[in-house]
Amino acid sequence: MSHGYADDSPKSFGLVAEFDTPEKLISAAEKARQAGFKKLDAYSPFPIHGLSDAIGFRDVKVPYLVFAGGLVGAFVGYGLQFYAHVLDYPMNVGGKPLVSIPSMIPITFEMTILVAGLTAFFSMIALNGLPKPYHSIFNTPGFNRASQDRFFLAIESGDPQFDSDKTRQFLAEMAPLSVHEVEA
Amino acid sequence: MAKQEVLNDVLITKPHNYESLEDSIGRLILKPQLHKKAWWIFFLVGLAGTGMLGISITWLLYQGIGIWGNNVPVSWAFDIVNFVWWIGIGHAGTLISAILLLFKQQWRNSINRFAEAMTIFAVMCAGMYPLLHTGRPWNAYWLFPYPNILGMLPQFRSALEWDVFAVSTYFTISLVFWFMGLIPDFASMRDRSTNKFGKVAFALLSMGWRGSNQHWHRYEQANLLLAGLSTPLVLSVHTIVSYDFAISIVPGWNVTVFPPYFVAGAVFAGFAMVLNFLIPVRAFYGLKDLITMRHIDWMCKIMLATGLIVLYGYILEVFYAVYSANFYEYKLLMDRFQGPYAWSYWLLILCNGVIPQLMWSQKMRQNLIVVWGVSAVVGLGMWLERFVIIPVSLTNNYLPSSNKMYIPTFWDFAMFFGTMGFFLMLMMLFIRFLPAINVFEMKDLLHKVLNNDSKVEPNAERTPYGNAPKEALPTVEKEVAK
Repeated sequence: MSHGYADDSPKSFGLVAEFDTPEKLISAAEKARQAGFKKLDAYSPFPIHGLSDAIGFRDVKVPYLVFAGGLVGAFVGYGLQFYAHVLDYPMNVGGKPLVSIPSMIPITFEMTILVAGLTAFFSMIALNGLPKPYHSIFNTPGFNRASQDRFFLAIESGDPQFDSDKTRQFLAEMAPLSVHEVEA
Repeated sequence: MAKQEVLNDVLITKPHNYESLEDSIGRLILKPQLHKKAWWIFFLVGLAGTGMLGISITWLLYQGIGIWGNNVPVSWAFDIVNFVWWIGIGHAGTLISAILLLFKQQWRNSINRFAEAMTIFAVMCAGMYPLLHTGRPWNAYWLFPYPNILGMLPQFRSALEWDVFAVSTYFTISLVFWFMGLIPDFASMRDRSTNKFGKVAFALLSMGWRGSNQHWHRYEQANLLLAGLSTPLVLSVHTIVSYDFAISIVPGWNVTVFPPYFVAGAVFAGFAMVLNFLIPVRAFYGLKDLITMRHIDWMCKIMLATGLIVLYGYILEVFYAVYSANFYEYKLLMDRFQGPYAWSYWLLILCNGVIPQLMWSQKMRQNLIVVWGVSAVVGLGMWLERFVIIPVSLTNNYLPSSNKMYIPTFWDFAMFFGTMGFFLMLMMLFIRFLPAINVFEMKDLLHKVLNNDSKVEPNAERTPYGNAPKEALPTVEKEVAK
């Protein structure tokens, strides 16, 4: 895709191989990882179990952030009620104690869930780098089927082992439907 | 519809591949001609209802809540009945999307999107009532703690304030959960759309989702966590709604069985509503192969099970009134049995206690007309349950001066049917513009079915189309470039 510049040697995003079943994608990803490629990514229409292991991708930021979000929610929820009813405006209602913990549980609980749930959503979005208006992978011919019924493996040009011809050879050995070099 | 369809354990009853699956769901959006007259009729009925809702809200804001039948002992009536009814309808959606996900019930894949949409729309309908019931909805922000020059914060020890937090959290989390599941489907609609508007709209909504392994990795973590968070949330919401009554001292309200009984009732009504919508939709839009008789059968069983819990609740209410030896509870019970509103109590027992027992029979569960009828009756029954609990209890109280009849007015009904129209309109727009079945989860299910590693159908034989999809795939030239 030309961007209006005269530069006729566009930078390469990487090589992208297309497969027709999830199993082939997993085995290809496994082989690529074993061959020592680091900057790999796979694209599929639905989550495939075992693909992350095959690619060697592991990320646990979301669960930790959600836990932190839950704690923040709980403290804010409880703190707000404690501040309102004990510190700021103590009010005797029917002789009940000011720190009546059972009556504070529902709001504390709801705030925990609210902040944790919003953290789950927004951390997923942010860590995945969305919204992303442009990404080179969409330059791959036929990539619109990555959301339908095709499975893609990309070896990115930033990989230290990346070599346009050798890597293409390597991918071609896995019997893909096609291999394309994609512009950045 | 009367014709009986086959009941077996296959969850996708036609030979499908990923492409055909995508097509049978995506075409509801991409091919407007598929939406025939029926869609327009339902949509226009919904639109008319929405108009009625608009008029009744306008009149309400102009005149004040005096246009309703609420009076002094009966200060909670249709508004709260409808609030509790609608919010209960929403609960089935969260149950299907969260609890069944945690239990790895993969049959939920084809109905969860639909049920979640119902949740959101039902909570929207529900949320209107308490706000309008305040009489001054423009001051609704007073319900939230915000810094103000009065130095006032809400009374957090009140069950009504708990409600504010529970319902707003429930709506927010349901919306986020629903939208998150829609992102990959928006991406797939973006790639399928042929017209420019659809492409741009779905591209914006999908936010550049590219189905990368990293995306899915984090998506699955977030999805599971949200399911785990929604599960206690959904139980807490109706529990807190029931506290509005249970922690008071009104006879008929002050019962400790309320929280579980309300939650079960919510799921009961919610599943009934899901069936009421899904049975016609699957017939009109050729989705019988994805929403199978097995799904309907299981939903009926859940409806029956929760219905029995609700029936137990009714029995316990009677037991409590008698065994507590509390004169006012007993008086209220007798009033429910033979008082001026006895018809509503006995109709309730008929609708929720007796008629759902038909679902014990497999033959009945397979007759879609019966299932639809029972679901409709359950919807009515659950509405009557809230009617019997809320206004009827208030008409018979500790003091003779509180004995006053409650008679709903035209505007009570106008607003109730108005919210039904609003709900119907939103559901119709949802079917038209958003993927009504979760596409990628169905593909995941298909993948598991094809590989036979699914726990979904332990008793089923290997499906006859085990190898079919590969042949059916459109042939693509193998172009290993150079």
